[in-house]
Parts: sequence; C-alpha cells; structure tokens
Amino acid sequence: MTAGAAAPRQDTLAIFGALLRRDARVVRRELPFFLLRTTLQPLLVVFVFGFLLPRMGFVRGGYAGALLPGVLAISITLSSVMAIAFPMIVEFGVTGEIEDRLLAPIGTRWVAAAKVVGAVVQGMLAAFFLLPIARLIMGPIEGLTVAHFGIVLLLTVLGAAAFSTFGLWLGTTVNPQQIGTMFGVFITPLIFFGCTYYPWQGLSVVPVMKYLVLLNPLVYVSEGMRAAITPDLPHMPIGAVIAALLTITAIFWTLGMRSFRRRALG
Amino acid sequence: MPAIETHGLRKVYAPPPARGRRAGASAPQGVVALDALDLEVREGEFFGLLGPNGAGKTTTIGILTTRVLATAGTAFVAGADVIRDPVGVRRRIGVVPQKPNPDRQLRVRENLVFHAAYFGIPTAAATARADALLEQFGIADKAEAKVEQMSGGQQQRLMIARALMHEPDVIFLDEPTVGLDPQARHDLWDILRAQHRAGHAIVMTTHYMEEADTLCERVAIVDRGQLLAVDTPAALKQRAPGGTLIEISVDGDAAPVAEAARALPGVLRAAAEGPVARVYAPKPGETVAALVRAAEQGGRTVTNIHLAPPSLETLFISLTGRKLQ
Repeated sequence: MTAGAAAPRQDTLAIFGALLRRDARVVRRELPFFLLRTTLQPLLVVFVFGFLLPRMGFVRGGYAGALLPGVLAISITLSSVMAIAFPMIVEFGVTGEIEDRLLAPIGTRWVAAAKVVGAVVQGMLAAFFLLPIARLIMGPIEGLTVAHFGIVLLLTVLGAAAFSTFGLWLGTTVNPQQIGTMFGVFITPLIFFGCTYYPWQGLSVVPVMKYLVLLNPLVYVSEGMRAAITPDLPHMPIGAVIAALLTITAIFWTLGMRSFRRRALG
Repeated sequence: MPAIETHGLRKVYAPPPARGRRAGASAPQGVVALDALDLEVREGEFFGLLGPNGAGKTTTIGILTTRVLATAGTAFVAGADVIRDPVGVRRRIGVVPQKPNPDRQLRVRENLVFHAAYFGIPTAAATARADALLEQFGIADKAEAKVEQMSGGQQQRLMIARALMHEPDVIFLDEPTVGLDPQARHDLWDILRAQHRAGHAIVMTTHYMEEADTLCERVAIVDRGQLLAVDTPAALKQRAPGGTLIEISVDGDAAPVAEAARALPGVLRAAAEGPVARVYAPKPGETVAALVRAAEQGGRTVTNIHLAPPSLETLFISLTGRKLQ
C-alpha cells in the first residue's frame, strides 16, 4: 500500500476550504434558528426603546439614532461569540466530535482558524439581517446614512473578528457546566457597559466609568458603528476604533490559539 | 517499512493544578502513563494491545495518532515521524475512537464525504466510496439519516467506514467493541478481518482476551505503562504457566491455602494475594477438592472458586498478578 492511494497530495488551502464548507453546510441548515437566537434580543431592544418608548414620549425621537449602532454591535457580538464558543464547548468537551477535524492532515491551528472565519461570517450575517429590520421598526432615523458602507463593512468584519477570537478563547477555556453562568456573567455586563444604549461621550457624567468601559471590546464596535452610520452623534475617532479592534483581535487570537492547541493535544 | 516503530516512548501526565498548595510543600508527581515503550508493528499486521484499564493503551494510541504529545522517545507510523511530521502521520492513518464521535451536525453520508474532503478527495469520488462502504457495512439505508438515529453498533461501523474513507496504511481502533452486543461484536470482527485481508495494518487495543486471541497476529501485553510480553497468541499461551488456573477466594487471608496447595501432588505453582489464592494444577477437579478441605481445616470459608484453562488470561495474571477486567 502506498500512502493515501485515493488521496492526492492535499494542499493546506484545499483542506481549509473543506473545513469552511462543512461549517457553511451546518450554518445553512441552522440559519433560521441561528438568526432567531442571535438577533431576537437586539430586535426586542429595538422594539421597546426604538419604537414603544419614543411613541409613549418617554425618550426623545433622536434616541433611535444613538441606539441603532449599539444594537447592531450587540448582534455582531452575540452571534460571533455564540457561533464559536458553543461549538467549541460541545465538540471538545461533550461529544469529542472535533477529533475528526483534528485528525485531518493539516496543522491544528488551521482548524481553529477555520472556526474563526466561520464565526466572522456568521457575525456579518446577523448584522446585515438585523439592520434593515431595525430600520423598519424604528421608522425614519434622523442623521442615518449608509454613505460610508465600506466603513460599516470593515467595522463589522473587525468587530466580528474581535468577538470570534474572544469566543475561541472562551469556548476552549470554560468547562461545559459553566456555560450558562459564563453567558450571564460575561456577556450581559459586556452588553450593558458596551456603550450600546448610549454614546461613550455621554459617560462623562460618571468619569470613572468612562475610562473603565474602555476595557470592554464592545465599546469600540458600538462607537465605530456610530461613526459609520450616525456620524452626526458624538463618537470615538474611527482610527482609534480600528486600532483598538485590531489589538483586541490579536490578543484573543493568541490566547485562543494557545488554549485551542492545549485542548487539541490531550 | 514497519507500520509502527517506537523507541523509549514515555508519557508523563502533569499533576492536577496545585490550587491552594502551601509554598514549600513538595510538588505532586506526574502520572507515568507510559514508561519507555519499544514497539514494532509490521507492515500489514493485525496487532493487539492487551491490558486492563489504565495500562497505557489509550495513551499509546493517542501518541501514535498525534493527539497526545509524548514526553520522551521516538515514534514512527508508516515511516512518518509522529513528533516532527504529525500532518504526514495523519495522512497515513485512520482512527476509530473508543466512543463513537461522528459529526452530529452532519448526516451519515455527509460524515464520510466531508471526512474525505479533509483529505483532499473530490466530492464525486468521495460520494461513490461512501456509498460503497455504507453498503458493505450494512448501513446504506441510513445514508440520509441523522447520526443519532443510528444504534451504537451502527455508529461504530460508521466510524470504521470514516477511518477507511482515505485509504490509510494503518488503522487504529481503541477498544472498538466495548458496549456492543455479541452479534454486533462478531459483525465488527468480520469487518476487521476483511480489512486486514485487504492489506491494512490494524492496531487495536482491547481488554477482552478472546478478541485479542481470535483477531490478532501478534499481541503485546501491557500493564502500568510497561510492555510485559509480545508474541503470537499461540506462543503467548505456551508461555502461560501449565495447568488450569484455580482461583479460590476465602473469607480471610488466603496465604495458608496457598501454603497447603504447594504440598499437594501435581500442583505447579501457588501464590496468595489477600483473600485469593491462585493455584496452577493439571487436574483441577482433584486439586479443588483438596484446596476446599485445606481451607476449611484452617478455619476459612470458601466464598468463590474460578477455573481458567491456560490462556492469554492466565498468562496475564501470572505476569501482572491481577485480572484484565
């Protein structure tokens, strides 16, 4: 027998492509559930704060403009983290089914990289599913523009990358029993202190918080989205946002890869 | 080229994290799962690793399949270096895990076709091969089913089909028949024999004696991370102490029983371990009667008697002082 009679010399990219195709197949099958899971909460926020409260007169109509970028950021965050952290926890810890891919003739880090790319795409899907629906629910939004669509796209990719790598680290570090706690303890505060429901500038009312929240990656996605789609509202400079998201991605890529490798080599 | 060659293979698992350990307290030792293992499996050989749980079998398979990092030593699989070229090793091996771990998000046939894609096999060729294997293993009717709709035995067969998709040189199976009913076990044996005839080297771990005896050309007996013996099942059985093994359990220390046994005519060997005396004798009927009498005269009550003809099991017990299961 010669090695791999039916298998021609595979190049890494072809195998990487096969790993992505596998995720694409699974996502396509699960898409309605996935979108429901990741965009329901942001859409409910949109409905209450962007539709009901303004009509009741409790918040000013202009609030929708501050809210929409934040809600977009939430959906990117939730979907990217969930798209990678849950499968990691289940496939490593519970069923061990990731072994099939770990035994593919490709470096272990490529298997993790394919998961990250898949999660970035899912984050983008959720964002671009949510955006038009949110706009419909909220009605006309003062100062909303899609003129900088390239920036929106870039920020969606960067935000999804930051949270996919974060999810890679989380999903390979946390053990299965703690998954519920993990979302309650990690993700919920992240959302509420992520400048999602208010611009960062507004936190000047509590200066300590204004600087503490800078540790929260979500702040940069929200503020970046504000810069891109509601540029008239106060927002961080886009350059700072991009630099911050790249740094966060690099940090969690390193940490996530390290813990992925540790899990892969039992 | 040998299917497998290892020299001085060693694995020490790190001790559990030292939470709350006092400064200055001695660090706990790691667990030695594998201690200087030298092993050679020939090309196309059906090879068994036999030993109780915790013997180091799964660790050995883990290292050879690139899923566990060795602490020291070298290992080659079909000529590829496990440590320096893990990707090359993966290309040459098929792995059937202890517990079926199919991709639950994919259908049955998809499991095979995607697995082939991870090895660069185009979809059309992979689909044809998947259908042929599903047919051969009697699960063709499940091709479109979800994997959880399959029985344990069917999932195990799917795992074997998956391992064969990319035509590996060496197939590894870790305790493949644990949890299968007797019929499913025999079906699996037939499949494995056929694969062996087709030229695949097969390395299988098991703690079932008869499985190693009927399937394997050569068997390695391992315990506590060490290789105790390697040979054909027939040769190993010849090395087993002659006579039938009589295990007699009493309600106390069995040493006086073993003592009495040595004085009996025909007894080849006798030893005691706690409440169990192990006696090898060519005429078990006579010896058992005499042993029971001796135990009762010594004020002991016999609680259990077990007879085993010369076999891999009696060899294993004589080598390790303990039973396989």
